[in-house]
Amino acid sequence: MQKPRYLELEGRSAGYYLLLVILGCFIAAGLAAFVYMEHEGHWVTRMDNQIVWGTPHVFAVFLIVAASGALNVASISSVFGRAIYKPLAPLSALLALALLAGGLAILVLDLGRPERVIVAMTKYNFKSIFAWNMILYNGFFAIVLVYLWMMMERRFNKYSKVAGFFAFIWRLTLTTGTGSIFGFLVAREAYDAAILAPMFIIMSFAYGLAIFNIVVVAAYNWTHRDLGPAMLLKLRRLLGIFIAASLYFVVVYHLTNLYITQRHGIEAFILLGTGDATYMNVFWFGQILIGGVLPLLLVYAPRLQCRVSLVLASILVILGGLSQMYVTIIGGQAYPLDIFPGKIVESSFSDGIINAYSPSLPEVMLGLAGVAIALFLVVFAIKVLRILPQSLADRDVDPHYVAEKQTA
Amino acid sequence: MSDETGLNVTRRQFLGTSTALAGLAIAPGVFLTKVAHAGDTVAATEKNRWGMLIDTSKCATGCNDCVTACNKENGISGTHGPKTDAQWIRKVTLTDKQTGYVQSLPLLCQHCENPPCVDVCPTGASMKRADGIVLVDKHTCIGCRYCMMACPYKARSFIHEVLHEQKTTAPRGKGTVESCTFCVQRVDANRGEPEKSKHQDPACVEACNASGHKAMWFGDLKDPNSEIATELKKHGGQQLRADLQLNTGVRYQGIT
Repeated sequence: MQKPRYLELEGRSAGYYLLLVILGCFIAAGLAAFVYMEHEGHWVTRMDNQIVWGTPHVFAVFLIVAASGALNVASISSVFGRAIYKPLAPLSALLALALLAGGLAILVLDLGRPERVIVAMTKYNFKSIFAWNMILYNGFFAIVLVYLWMMMERRFNKYSKVAGFFAFIWRLTLTTGTGSIFGFLVAREAYDAAILAPMFIIMSFAYGLAIFNIVVVAAYNWTHRDLGPAMLLKLRRLLGIFIAASLYFVVVYHLTNLYITQRHGIEAFILLGTGDATYMNVFWFGQILIGGVLPLLLVYAPRLQCRVSLVLASILVILGGLSQMYVTIIGGQAYPLDIFPGKIVESSFSDGIINAYSPSLPEVMLGLAGVAIALFLVVFAIKVLRILPQSLADRDVDPHYVAEKQTA
Repeated sequence: MSDETGLNVTRRQFLGTSTALAGLAIAPGVFLTKVAHAGDTVAATEKNRWGMLIDTSKCATGCNDCVTACNKENGISGTHGPKTDAQWIRKVTLTDKQTGYVQSLPLLCQHCENPPCVDVCPTGASMKRADGIVLVDKHTCIGCRYCMMACPYKARSFIHEVLHEQKTTAPRGKGTVESCTFCVQRVDANRGEPEKSKHQDPACVEACNASGHKAMWFGDLKDPNSEIATELKKHGGQQLRADLQLNTGVRYQGIT
């Protein structure tokens, strides 16, 4: 195994520019949606006084959670000392930064008063998890940037392990904060659960790695660089473990709720579709089948050990992740608040009923723009910075490769 | 010597003129500040805790007078339908699942002692005054809606559209969150004026009394001689979601 050599993308092909233009179009569409929503007011979306966080938040929280997970490969390399992942550590850090930027862009552009984001940066209520998250997000940018610098600057390579360890602790704290946005909400039955924080952490591992896998395979396929089976096998196994662990947390979360009589209503709503089958369908077909069972089969089925199946499994994990966020964020709000236990409640303000919601075009455009911003940043950065290793062939990355050759 | 004297005179003149000019410059400011603060010379203090008591047995099903009065007082009007329109107070009809008993009550911000909306607000825009009234600072609200996620009573509304014809006594803002203020403009109207010791009731309470139902009391929970405190001491009052231990400022009687 040799020391990894990093090389910028040539980035002069029509394909490269076409990719940037496509991503740019998505970003422009999202900005148009933002201007429309802010000019007219949020009534033009399908968010209302019952479903106050809609599709933009599904994308935003997914991207923020995935950002933390995208740092997996770097963490495993720097903190746990696994040499095979080391060449890809800079890309892992870059993707983490880009995903966080995309997610935060959506959140800010969806605010009722986005021009006051400076207020959020200067006035803190330290009891608010949102305020903690402002600090965690800004800190994540700073720490991961320094970490990336330590990895890319040869003179500072010796500090990359320390920076990587610090980034590892910070990203765990960040996802704890993101999960706690919901976990600390006592008002709603779908939330108010400490398990949401560790569940978000483990899900972040799966979502972030899934996006990372697609970026790696796409970048190496399109640039005709070597990507050996050893690296692919590692990424595949890692994804499998994270999917299984995520499913375990989902089971524990629902089992806990099923045991508590007070929460039978919300469980019947999510699991059995009582009152509205939408969230049941998104949960069982989106989150569990598409995002869990099918990718597990693709990852572990002996006859499907190919690059295509890894990419397909990763795409399914992303779709499952968006489904999970939809069920958690929107399903959690759709279920009525239990202000009067034992009563049938009626009012002009949708009390006592399942709140209807379907995504509107501007919301979807804004959400997709966040994804596009993240990918645009990555595609641009790997052209101007030496982030991508020249080769990920087995002989260049696998520590056991040489040993096997020598014994043979 | 004469030069020195001359210099002293000049300095004296200079100082005199400067002082006069400075006085002229500052005077209007001092005067205007006094005018601006004429109505709030006394800050809200912890000596008061404003609260409301609602007797559901007197609240008539179908009567909407409290809601209408609130909307009129605070300049709230319908625009794009009930899903996005603001509702500071709403009438709720309850039917007991076991017995079928039907009752009606108004639901509004409960002005909690420990408000979850204040806890979660990242900028501190959601705040509780010393006298227990929970408000939103429209200048620092960023419109994140986290308070709406956190409120156990769904008492808050987001302004989804451009507003027209606002009341100067109840300023509102597109893209910010708002809720019942206990008609703070009325509560504050007599603050610090001993000769007008009695507070002004919020519009909803006034309307309920005018309709003859008299289902709502408003007053100072900390004043043992107030009507509301006396009534609560005599007959008690329950909190909604008492399990959350938020110590609400709004109490109900007769929810069975």
